[in-house]
Amino acid sequence: MSVFSADLFNEVSHFMGTNPVVQFALQPVLIFGVVFHFVMGFILELQNTRARNVSYAKNNGGANSTWMSRNMIWSGIAILAFIILHFIDFWFPEINTKFIQGDWSGTMEGVEGFRYYEELVHKFMHPARVAAYVIAFVFLGLHLAHGFTSAFQSVGAASLRKKLEKVGLAYSIIIPLGFIFIALFHHLNH
Amino acid sequence: MNLTLKIWRQKDSSSKGQMVDYKVTEISEHMSFLEMIDVLNEGLVAKGEEPVAFDHDCREGICGMCSMYINGEAHGPDRGVTTCQLHMRMFKDGDTITIEPFRAAAFPVIKDLVVDRSAFDRIQHAGGYISVNTSGNTQDANSIPISKQAADTAMDAATCIGCGACVATCKNSSAMLFVGAKVSQYALLPQGQVEAADRVKNMVAQMDLEGFGNCTNTGACEVECPKGISLDNIARMNRELMKASI
Repeated sequence: MSVFSADLFNEVSHFMGTNPVVQFALQPVLIFGVVFHFVMGFILELQNTRARNVSYAKNNGGANSTWMSRNMIWSGIAILAFIILHFIDFWFPEINTKFIQGDWSGTMEGVEGFRYYEELVHKFMHPARVAAYVIAFVFLGLHLAHGFTSAFQSVGAASLRKKLEKVGLAYSIIIPLGFIFIALFHHLNH
Repeated sequence: MNLTLKIWRQKDSSSKGQMVDYKVTEISEHMSFLEMIDVLNEGLVAKGEEPVAFDHDCREGICGMCSMYINGEAHGPDRGVTTCQLHMRMFKDGDTITIEPFRAAAFPVIKDLVVDRSAFDRIQHAGGYISVNTSGNTQDANSIPISKQAADTAMDAATCIGCGACVATCKNSSAMLFVGAKVSQYALLPQGQVEAADRVKNMVAQMDLEGFGNCTNTGACEVECPKGISLDNIARMNRELMKASI
């Protein structure tokens, strides 16, 4: 939306940022889901590391599995680092403004109308931050390339895993590419 | 062909092991991998050295005893075969071959390339059986209708020889392909329904107790399994476990 129209982005951001259902129902569920996912991921990795107490001198993992499937912990850590950066960039200031300062207006001094688009553009001016976003979304793509179909296998839906292989691959490429485009678009146009 | 072998040598379960280099010469490409190790051992014995200990039994690819990790893969670079059915034609003259025992905390090394896979036996004891009395009062095979697809899939699962290649090759040392196959072979047939819920719960609990890792669906086990046991068996085990837990 931020690519197509600043006004539309502002309107939707303000709606999402002030709607009680989004703020007090969907947001906590989403945050719990993310925290639960990476905590469980770390526990899983710890248990799996313990299960092999001596490593192989020579291991040819590439002969039987994809890099993505063997390195979910590393792609996951990269995404977690991105989430922390994203929270520092957007979420913490937003929480501070709304819940600590009590300002729910969505406006900012020196900015006409809502502030959201201006904040977004300002964040993506710095090339290092854009690079971090791009790298993080590449890792998100790698994470999803295995994770999407793997989720179906874990809940016993092996036939869905096979049927949705191409959908999973497309999803893991299109979604991260979309986010990369947003970061690059704003960096190159402002 | 002449080869350099890098082999894990470990005196016993409590000793520290290490990789040791050996040269073998005049190896025929028609030899099995185990015969090549036999040649090495004959040379070691002739020199008064300790031969390399390794598991083997039928040497026909059906018993599941041989268990080497060869050049970074369980049962070596060939597909659908155990180490005894791996032939030296898969290697080239002058190659260096790394040979290690199957690695998993649940498969402790006993000596050199021999590991203790009794954890699999304990998982089987926890539920890998049926209690139907088949002694002396066996019914006619056709008296219980079973679909061809169910019979074939159960038979495919039953071809698991319990060699442990799935555990060895899995980056998490997970035994879920083995347990999935053992659960599936009964879950698909009417004879297995009586203990179905207890079977899957008890076998999975024992698997966890033995210290195997968790499945993260890399699919490596399916690729390296000498009997081609499918990942579908893990999904079926997950379904059975969910069903049993509700």
